Amino acid sequence: MTALLPRRGLAQILALIVILAVDRVVSPQFFDLRLQDGRLFGSLIDVLNRGTPVALLSLGMVLVIATRGIDLSVGAVMAICGAIAASLADSHGLPVVLAAALGAGLLCGLWNGFLVAVLGMQPIVATLILMVAGRGIAQLITEGRIVTFSSPDLVWLGNGSVLGLPVPVVIALGMLILTGAVVRGSALGLLIEATGGNARASELAGVGTRAMILSVYVWCGVCAALAGVIAAADIMGADANNAGLWLELDAILAVVIGGTSLFGGRFSLVLAVLGALIIQTMNTGILLSGYPPEFNLLVKAVVVLAVLLLQSPKFSGLAGIAARLRRTKA
Amino acid sequence: MENSLDPALPLLEVRGISKSFGAVRALQEVDFTLRAGEIHALLGENGAGKSTLIKVVTGVFPRDAGIVRLGGEEVAPRSAKATLQAGIATVYQEVNLLPNLSVAQNLFLDRQPMRFGIVREGEMRRRAKALLADFGLDIDVAAPLGNYSVAIQHVTAIARAVDLSARVLILDEPTASLDRHEVEILFRIMRQLAKRGIGIVFVSHFLDQVYEISDRITVLRNGRLVGERETASLPRLELIRMMLGRELAETTSARAATREHQAREVCASFENYGKAGYVAPFHLELRHGEVVGLAGLLGSGRTETARLVFGAERADRGQAKVEGAPVRLHSPRDGVRHGFGYCPEERKTDGIVAELSVRENIVLALQAKRGLHRPLSRREQDEIARRYVKMLDIRPPDPERPVGLLSGGNQQKVLLARWLATSPRLLVLDEPTRGIDVGAHAEIIRLIRDLCDDGLSLLVISSELDEIVTYSDRVVVLRDRAHIEELAGEAIDVGNILAAIAADGAAVALEAHT
Repeated sequence: MTALLPRRGLAQILALIVILAVDRVVSPQFFDLRLQDGRLFGSLIDVLNRGTPVALLSLGMVLVIATRGIDLSVGAVMAICGAIAASLADSHGLPVVLAAALGAGLLCGLWNGFLVAVLGMQPIVATLILMVAGRGIAQLITEGRIVTFSSPDLVWLGNGSVLGLPVPVVIALGMLILTGAVVRGSALGLLIEATGGNARASELAGVGTRAMILSVYVWCGVCAALAGVIAAADIMGADANNAGLWLELDAILAVVIGGTSLFGGRFSLVLAVLGALIIQTMNTGILLSGYPPEFNLLVKAVVVLAVLLLQSPKFSGLAGIAARLRRTKA
Repeated sequence: MENSLDPALPLLEVRGISKSFGAVRALQEVDFTLRAGEIHALLGENGAGKSTLIKVVTGVFPRDAGIVRLGGEEVAPRSAKATLQAGIATVYQEVNLLPNLSVAQNLFLDRQPMRFGIVREGEMRRRAKALLADFGLDIDVAAPLGNYSVAIQHVTAIARAVDLSARVLILDEPTASLDRHEVEILFRIMRQLAKRGIGIVFVSHFLDQVYEISDRITVLRNGRLVGERETASLPRLELIRMMLGRELAETTSARAATREHQAREVCASFENYGKAGYVAPFHLELRHGEVVGLAGLLGSGRTETARLVFGAERADRGQAKVEGAPVRLHSPRDGVRHGFGYCPEERKTDGIVAELSVRENIVLALQAKRGLHRPLSRREQDEIARRYVKMLDIRPPDPERPVGLLSGGNQQKVLLARWLATSPRLLVLDEPTRGIDVGAHAEIIRLIRDLCDDGLSLLVISSELDEIVTYSDRVVVLRDRAHIEELAGEAIDVGNILAAIAADGAAVALEAHT
């Protein structure tokens, strides 16, 4: 048992360390931090800050995937909620703006959850609907323009700092703690894992599997909304065409790198967020290295392959056999 | 080659076939002989080894021991295609054809008539039409197969198999989804094919059909050959005895002394309870501290009754009462709320969550019953898991082990623990001893007795009649999705149960009147 515990997450931590080391070689001042106007600056802080949207998405996504589902619409939901926040920012106070944006995210999640849990649609198809329609909805909200705003409250959400850390990072950390507390503090975690592991058996054991599935999509929508607001606040505007574009794929990738199987069941919030950080560390490293960003995609693919191989029981089985062969020869 | 045409020699000879899956011995030295031109029924309850035997013969599973001879020559096919080329064709209950392609395309898939690399559609349709005409079928062969009834899809599959020069045709539950008229069409075709010298293996659990169509019968039980008989000289009672029980003499004295239970209160009752097309309405009363056994053949409505009682299936008529008060049982959650528990027959798909630990599997139902906001702390979970691992002797005694890594018997114990942890009033056990080794088997039966001594009410389904007789206070016998008889006290013995199952409809009606 004690041997098993540190094993979980080892591959991810190892990968992060290796990538950080490579980044250090590429850019010697990678680990430098300096304090300026009560705020930390440096590449590491940059990684955390840039990684926030995907980290937030992966918090919702990991729960959805744990129930054996998937949510392709999170990028579009980001665009919708960013557009709502941007449109309301200069005319309403921050509480109204946040309530409207998060409420919209909640409704989007409810819609996905309704299609999957109540109508029994396949998750990939059900969420594809909002993935396509959502961007249209966002464009309707912004009337096809890039809506800019200058509300200092909302801008602070994207660019301010608390205790030296960027506000988005603090929000993501807070969401991680909140989600962890809700999921592991209640029985939700166990019942979600049971639902994803074997929905029929869980249903027969009296688990309300529909309610489980509905609630994870709702939470995924709320997380996406928060990511959308932060992305809009960061650039002080909402771009319905590009906000959150393709980020659903990064979020899924982050979850998978975090060791949660697409077949559902066991999940880890912390490792999913770690997965998001691994992705961002790579992105930042490639940017700093001066290589053309096209490399980004290739390098990403290689690193993902490496992490997945490290996790694969078959691969570690092969590695074990190879090691034994070497030992017997020696 | 000449050998196969010699009527004195068997067409398909299976000798001493054994097959194990891990520790489970699915087949033990099974023999099977099919003559040319005969229809041979292969019978047995769930888990008897029929499917495994078919899959070993057709090369889907490699065999551990034994030989298969076709027309006197030993064959050892390694794939479905090689088996087909050797002359053995199998048609499964779920037709393995492509419903979106036309009937003609399905018939000639992989061997379409070609000219210059182009499929000759006209030629193919003409040949398809001629082929089906042989089977008395005149349909539009250009229409998608999916447009036709299951019966026609079956005939198409058979026509394809026979046209691929099959000498042996294996039909696995071909009539399960056919109506009476369609069954007749299928039987006519089977007789035609048999006349042509093809040997047909017919797997079915409809005994009426077996008696109507088959020449000989082979019965398997628990992976062993029970016997091979001529259909005409095998009484139905004897056949059921072969399928279900050991020899009568062995079991008559096995029944334990009846406990005092008349004075006990009713725990749950079901009046005129049923669902159209599922189970005919039944009356069932379950008392505290009492074991009620459900006996009957496969497909007789045992599992269906269990699912209605637990709430896994919604009844469309009748009234359920718990401790005298009317209740609604619309979902498993309702059942759990009223203190019911259900260990399903299919442990892997309906019971365990393989990836989760023994501890998590044990607390699952209790946690679901308590609700989200009242989580069991880790300490409470550990405590519960430890208690039941010890009480039921679950091995290995490690609560953190993923339950999928345990043996079948221990998985069954984990499921029992899951329900016992909810302190239920009624436990429904569907085949609790299936696929479990002998040691665990006895333990589970002992456990069933202990449980009802503690006041628990039990509804137990089992194909092992000696087992049911041993622990039941009452036995409900089912046939054709209806409860046909209830035995109590001294009347409970294997002979009476078999007689009730085998009795024809007239006799039952008579009994109901007297």
